[in-house]
Amino acid sequence: MEIKSCVKIRKEWDIVSARQMGREMAKELGFGTVDQARIATAISELARNIYLYAEDGQIDYEVITEVNRRGIKITAHDNGPGIEDLGRVMEDGYSTSGGLGAGLPGVKRLMNHFDLQSEPGKGTTVTAIKWVR
Amino acid sequence: MRIPILKLHNYLLVSIQVDLDDQTAIRFQEDLLDKIHKSGATGVVIDLTSVDIIDSFIAKVLGDVVTMSDLMGAKVVLTGIQPAVAMTLIDLGVHMQNVPTALNLEQGLIKLRQELEE
Ligand SMILES: Nc1ncnc2c1ncn2[C@@H]1O[C@H](COP(=O)(O)OP(=O)(O)OP(=O)(O)O)[C@@H](O)[C@H]1O
Ligand SMILES: [Mg+2]
Repeated sequence: MEIKSCVKIRKEWDIVSARQMGREMAKELGFGTVDQARIATAISELARNIYLYAEDGQIDYEVITEVNRRGIKITAHDNGPGIEDLGRVMEDGYSTSGGLGAGLPGVKRLMNHFDLQSEPGKGTTVTAIKWVR
Repeated sequence: MRIPILKLHNYLLVSIQVDLDDQTAIRFQEDLLDKIHKSGATGVVIDLTSVDIIDSFIAKVLGDVVTMSDLMGAKVVLTGIQPAVAMTLIDLGVHMQNVPTALNLEQGLIKLRQELEE
């Protein structure tokens, strides 16, 4: 596994940069337009969550290669307030910011693999993988 | 960045051609409501042909703009949503059920005219 790149999320515009970078990588990897949009959208959700709730964090992009498949792995990491109830935030419509509450459950559906780790007071890490079909 | 809003007879036409950041989206919302108020427009077409990503935030802004315009007395139709965008919206669980849509700008104008004449 090699870390290809990362984008720091500090300003609002970084959300746009992060998803554009993701789309470019997805395109290079051979993802179709719909999966490119799925990946870019998932990154947008994760980056915005960092910006809104943790203020500061980063998105890492990795290309993963296995014997018979290739994919993109997105890791969103921050040292923000963390999440108390991991089950709750995965419910559609749950939002503490007046949003649609579609972000995290949406990322789970947009990608093939999804993992949420968080410790209150320490931070949050979301890992998501999409395989090239 | 500002999204241009054109006036054509009683209608306002908007074509979103940039990758929308949050601030541009919010400013667009304000600009559009302001323009509806000042121009007395009764219909708005927002063309999304060039938009290749709509995440939950932008979906909320667009949905809100439709509701708010409605409150002010102007009907909004969203047009040209790309297939990939439609699919990601469903994955997000954003169904935009109460939002009138049409295939393209032309169809959007036809839809507006029909709705407003009813
Ligand atoms: N990185 C994070 N750090 C701390 N809390 C988070 C983080 N990401 C998400 N949360 C919490 O989880 C909730 C659900 O997140 P989710 O992205 O699903 O919805 P939202 O951000 O509230 O709305 P939307 O994404 O639809 O605009 C948030 O309201 C927030 O309380
Ligand atoms: Mg969110």
